[in-house]
Amino acid sequence: MKVLVTVKRVIDYNVKVRVKSDNSDVDLNNVKMAMNPFCEIAVEEAVRLKEAGIANEVVVVSLGSKVCQEQLRTALALGADRAILVESDDVLESLTVAKLLQKVVAEEKPGLVIMGKQAIDTDNNQTGQMLAALTGYPQGTFASEVKIEGDKAQVIREVDGGLQTVSLTLPAIVTTDLRLNEPRYASLPNIMKAKRKPLDVKTPADLGVEVKAHTRLVKVAPPAERQAGMKVASVEELVDKLKNEAKVI
Amino acid sequence: MAILVIAEHDNSELKSATLNTVTAASQMGGDVHVLVAGSACQSVADEAAKIQGVDRIVLVDDAVYEHQLAENISLLVPELGKDYSHIVAPATTSGKNFMPRVAALMDVAQISEIVRVDSADTFDRPIYAGNAIATVQSLDATKVITVRTTGFDAASAEGGSAAIQTVELSKNAGTSLFVGAEIAKSDRPELTSASVIISGGRGMGNGENFALIEKVADKLGAAVGASRAAVDAGFVPNDMQVGQTGKIVAPDLYVAVGISGAIQHLAGMKDSKVIVAINKDEEAPIFQVADYGLVADLFEAVPQLEQQL
Repeated sequence: MKVLVTVKRVIDYNVKVRVKSDNSDVDLNNVKMAMNPFCEIAVEEAVRLKEAGIANEVVVVSLGSKVCQEQLRTALALGADRAILVESDDVLESLTVAKLLQKVVAEEKPGLVIMGKQAIDTDNNQTGQMLAALTGYPQGTFASEVKIEGDKAQVIREVDGGLQTVSLTLPAIVTTDLRLNEPRYASLPNIMKAKRKPLDVKTPADLGVEVKAHTRLVKVAPPAERQAGMKVASVEELVDKLKNEAKVI
Repeated sequence: MAILVIAEHDNSELKSATLNTVTAASQMGGDVHVLVAGSACQSVADEAAKIQGVDRIVLVDDAVYEHQLAENISLLVPELGKDYSHIVAPATTSGKNFMPRVAALMDVAQISEIVRVDSADTFDRPIYAGNAIATVQSLDATKVITVRTTGFDAASAEGGSAAIQTVELSKNAGTSLFVGAEIAKSDRPELTSASVIISGGRGMGNGENFALIEKVADKLGAAVGASRAAVDAGFVPNDMQVGQTGKIVAPDLYVAVGISGAIQHLAGMKDSKVIVAINKDEEAPIFQVADYGLVADLFEAVPQLEQQL
């Protein structure tokens, strides 16, 4: 079985974002970028399926500008076999990304697509479900365990209040939650080897998809600043404040 | 044109997230209809009909919708929703699961987790884990929206008298099956809906010491969370993680114990109404967002706190 896995280049999760002074967007100039943490989990899961002999090829896809090749190389160093970049300098909304991925899926015919449940920049949590809709495949979102048995995937999903298990007929789309696995680090020899792995570049036009805007970003503002409160001297004072001033206990 | 709210329920009871979603919908301008899709769920429709501000209930009662499988619900909603201006659901794990699928099948965008309605087509939503607020205008004819429930007050569950319209429409994609569910039966509330949360960080030293904050949690009826540092150190499992890559919470009271306040943790809890920090390092960044800060050794302060509650 071939496994397709997607990765997104986003701001590193340890970096504090700042809003541009003209409120047009956040400022990503000279900011450290990295692979979206949920995508790292997706790559790890795909590589583990290969190591377990269930997958025979792991293909990693990213969509965006040329620099996304860095994250694709990272995925190759982690164990993916080859990479595809759908290169575009336009803003790609979730629906457009899903349409582009639909075309990649039609060409590659994977048995399973593994994606992060959301990207930590736009926090949309949409693309996996949208790809599932467009391909007509079933979806196992927010997965904490994936088992492949014959032509089915049994997926344990993290839902409000607990876990839900669903059985999906392959091909299917899985989106990862935090508990699915702990991603490995790439070793130096694997980083070197990754430089020679194949990386194809396509454009939205090659795939026959029109990049269309369905939304307009009106402005981006910093959130309301939280003011530092007071220091209390003792546990007694703290309990008193919580009871009588804040009235929360 | 009217607004269609998709009710969250378990076939016997309406979930409170629906009430916050109705409030958001009522700010979009138009009659509010509520879709109750499920199996043997008449009691949910009766309950929803009493919500103040709801004009009509659309009840679709069919075994294929029993578990709200996204594959089936997403075939139903576009068909019922095509004559509505907005289709709105709470941004719970259920709403997040099926709504993007609905949007894609209608060839429109989804606006996720709105916290404010600016106008019928423009909404505010947090991005970068709440470190920025984006104002987004929808350019689509049908607006598909999920609502962050902490951003809107709950509509009154009593006082309405909407008519219930029953629709027969069975849509089975046939590609997925519900196998089982394991809903935590802890005496403690779950993190994302708790009104009080007490979380431990690297300062807890090890997993056993979390018993100290669990005792406080039991007295307060609180949920127990953790910082990424505590999870990465192996003290507790990562389903307890509060933060940008963990759970985003906004309780009435958040107590951070031995947590320094890394950006990625603050992103997950800074919308809490009241924040308390207990940390022995008075320079810890957590004090910059705390309403009440106590500079103290947690191993002395936390047992004292438990005694005094």
